[in-house]
Amino acid sequence: MKLIPCPLNGLRPADEFLYAGEVRAAPDPAQCTDDQWARHVFHRSGIPGIKQEWWCHTPSGYWFIVERDTNTDEILRAYAPPARVAAS
Amino acid sequence: MAWRLLKIGLSSRYPEPRMFRQPPRLAPTYDVVIIGAGGHGLACAYNLARHHGIKRIAVLEKGYIGSGNTGRNTTIIRSNYLTPEGVRFYDRSVQLWRNLGAQLGLNLFYSTRGHYTLAHTDATLRTLRWRAEVNKHLGVDSRIVGPEEIAAALPMMDMSAGGHAPILGALLHAPGAVARHDAVAWGYARAADRLGVEIHQQTEVLGINAQGGRVTGVRTSCGDISTSCVVSAVAGYTPRILKMLDLTSPIYVHPLQAMVSEPLKPWLDPIIVSGSLHVYVSQTARGELVMGASLDPRELHSARSTREFTTDLAQHMLDLFPFLAGVKVNRQWAGLADMTPDFAPIMGRTPVDGFFLDAGWGTWGFKATPVAGETMAATIASNRNHELIQSFDWGRFERFELTGEKGAASVGH
Repeated sequence: MKLIPCPLNGLRPADEFLYAGEVRAAPDPAQCTDDQWARHVFHRSGIPGIKQEWWCHTPSGYWFIVERDTNTDEILRAYAPPARVAAS
Repeated sequence: MAWRLLKIGLSSRYPEPRMFRQPPRLAPTYDVVIIGAGGHGLACAYNLARHHGIKRIAVLEKGYIGSGNTGRNTTIIRSNYLTPEGVRFYDRSVQLWRNLGAQLGLNLFYSTRGHYTLAHTDATLRTLRWRAEVNKHLGVDSRIVGPEEIAAALPMMDMSAGGHAPILGALLHAPGAVARHDAVAWGYARAADRLGVEIHQQTEVLGINAQGGRVTGVRTSCGDISTSCVVSAVAGYTPRILKMLDLTSPIYVHPLQAMVSEPLKPWLDPIIVSGSLHVYVSQTARGELVMGASLDPRELHSARSTREFTTDLAQHMLDLFPFLAGVKVNRQWAGLADMTPDFAPIMGRTPVDGFFLDAGWGTWGFKATPVAGETMAATIASNRNHELIQSFDWGRFERFELTGEKGAASVGH
């Protein structure tokens, strides 16, 4: 089974984890147009590449960031989210 | 038929002509360039040539005809959707399917089987009732059946699903069918070829030229072409094509896997789907069980296969059909599904004039092949989205007018 390096729990089997999509900055809803907001809500970067993604280790409820190549499924690194991202 | 087979068997050379020509090289200009020689792209080309009198059409294919999701799906055809726009669209497709083999002059092995969607919870049963009522209202043959009727029709199925997910009822959709997917691509390709459509295999699109918001040409691995009309029908490669025009979309790509068992004596006539158990299965004319499940859980642009998929799917298959425990899996494969947030396609015109999209086909594209070809061709010929695809237009997300097809389009969510 594939193993994922959790920054909190070490190497754990992949089925303990939940994938929650790419890390993306949200526009300020008070400042942006409806179009920009709709694009933020629905549009995704669908092209392959190296992406920063939200993952959760479900048994411990721990959220962290995985850097992964979506062409090869290779995990390049996994790290705790910076405090600023975690708070927003 | 038998005499013809004998003649072929006895002749020293295979007497049948090639199904389609290999055009020598790209012309400098075309009226319409279609990217992707799968079922959808070829059906669009065929309809443009046959019904709209468009002469110079090129279909460009990076691999070979039908090498993408057309040859990777589990071939289920049905119209028991949830939204009226979905039901109308897919029902038109079922009507076209019924006559398609005769129209293309090729046996597509189209086989009406009946389609059971199983409910293991009250919530599922409620959605199935809703689908049945919408279907009936629009003249589509769907009805709710209870456990007794299901057990009588499918005596080999464990009605308790291994004891943990008892079957409470099902949506029975009598027109549910399967067809041979490769033949669909070949049939459309041959029919289009005979109408003068050029199909260029091993020809990769490297870029799309646009000027002042209008398409002007396509750059390919075999040279540049000028054209004012480009159609993208490339499933999981859609985001990469959109990037060539600096467009983004809600499409995200996850692999969808499937597998097939060794051939068995015919025992399963209908198609069985269970959303809760993440299973769909039918038996082919050759006796193999074709099985599929839900999407892989994360974005990936590789059609690789995983062992987790076979073990999970086999487990759920055994919940329903415990006697299959000794049956072997012959092969497994994957395709790249271009998913949308509302489980409906994105079709028709785009913000770039002359660039048309036939995408967002996720896990539900094969059944739509004939109707997608028909409506896309009409859309391109008139430069106006066909009536049946107006709810699937590019701009619906910005208008917050999603279609709400999620409950009926695929399993496992």
